[in-house]
Amino acid sequence: MPAIELPDAEAQCTELADLIRPHLRPDTVLVGIHSGGAWVAGRLRHLLDLPGEIGLLDVSFYRDDYGERGLHPRVKPSSIPFDVEGRPLILVDDVLFTGRTTRAAINGLFDYGRPAVVQLAVLADRGQRQLPISADFCPWRVQLDPTQELILSTGDDGHLRWSIADHA
Amino acid sequence: MRNPQLNTNGELTHLLSIEGLPREVIIHILDTASSFLKVSAREVKKVPLLRGKSVFNVFFENSTRTRTTFEIAAKRLSADVINLDVTRSSTAKGETLLDTVDNLVAMHADMFVVRHAASGAPHLIAEHLRRLGKDSVHVINAGDGRHAHPTQGLLDMYTIRHYKKDFSHLVVAVVGDILHSRVARSDLHALLTLGVAEVRVIGPQTLLPTAVAAMGVRVCHDLATGLRDCDVVIMLRLQNERMNGALLPSAHEYFSCYGLTPQVLALARPDAIVMHPGPMNRGVEIDSDVADGPQAVILPQVTFGIAVRMAVMGILTGN
Repeated sequence: MPAIELPDAEAQCTELADLIRPHLRPDTVLVGIHSGGAWVAGRLRHLLDLPGEIGLLDVSFYRDDYGERGLHPRVKPSSIPFDVEGRPLILVDDVLFTGRTTRAAINGLFDYGRPAVVQLAVLADRGQRQLPISADFCPWRVQLDPTQELILSTGDDGHLRWSIADHA
Repeated sequence: MRNPQLNTNGELTHLLSIEGLPREVIIHILDTASSFLKVSAREVKKVPLLRGKSVFNVFFENSTRTRTTFEIAAKRLSADVINLDVTRSSTAKGETLLDTVDNLVAMHADMFVVRHAASGAPHLIAEHLRRLGKDSVHVINAGDGRHAHPTQGLLDMYTIRHYKKDFSHLVVAVVGDILHSRVARSDLHALLTLGVAEVRVIGPQTLLPTAVAAMGVRVCHDLATGLRDCDVVIMLRLQNERMNGALLPSAHEYFSCYGLTPQVLALARPDAIVMHPGPMNRGVEIDSDVADGPQAVILPQVTFGIAVRMAVMGILTGN
């Protein structure tokens, strides 16, 4: 597969915020999935000028590949500093791929209460879903080889950047 | 020599002792425990990590509290927990330890939490499982003889890190019956592995192992001298059965020499924390004014213990 040009992730955060803005309700809260989704959620909170704190979710305890891969070596504490009961939530992740992380995150969220609505916002949708899950807000749809991993990271300058690792 | 706690990939597969555990494994357990601590504070105190797994608490020696904390930890991970009081059943009928284990393996046990009066019993079980090729069955030592009580050692380290953040500048004293204490042994190995500045053991000559100084700890026979400028004071339970032998004159005399009172605690640093693995003997090793005072972190230790045991179970079952 020829090398693809990777877009500016920071500019995509702005695009994603623009997609979300018309759908915001006064009590909407963001929940970022560790770690890429947490960074994106942090950007969105600022861009959308949301007053409250964002939630952070580590889905390690809810993953369905725990039997094969074990516990993630760097589990981070989840922090949901608001009552999710009856709230509209937007779940934020960097990449939507098989949908299994989203499934785990929804399971995790429901252990905190029963939200009114859960929507999904991602920076990139790379297809090849294995579950009936789709993004409500997404600025970038990209086709990649299954052996390629799309990675969001922050550099020393704190800037979000895309890279691709090939596991072929 | 092969480390019996690690699998061929170098991952933790049994928890038998703190001795020989790499520093990064200990840190990984403590880091993971901090995530589990948040689970216990939620409305739904459960995650599905060990759903469908069977955890057998096999206690050849009585301990309601330790068994209960393991049971709570396993249940918060959604495991099915089976408590066996083997002292009153199979062992009393003459069954050997390994026959008991074989029977439970035949019932598709995924994890054994073992307490035994004989040092080395959990290791024996782990080696037996390895010979059977049962690599997916894990063993946690919940206290064996005078040897080790690794989850207590880990929860003590979690407690120290919670209050003191960094280990490298700390002076930590372990006070009491070091000789018979598996908790003391696990704490000493953990403290030395984590690189605290100074570890002191304080107790009467009769209750200290003869070669304990060779571990790299400072030995004190005087409580006041030993506590000076300490950041952490770990009190040990004085087991009543020790009173009957020639090791100690009386509980009253022990308290007057080694009991932790507010007066003697004042010699430690003003922000020193006081820990105790429980159950406490008030008026024997610790004064009620200290046990209930602002420096005691004995009940937080219990809360952290659940999270640490969840972390150990979660990590082992995944490896």
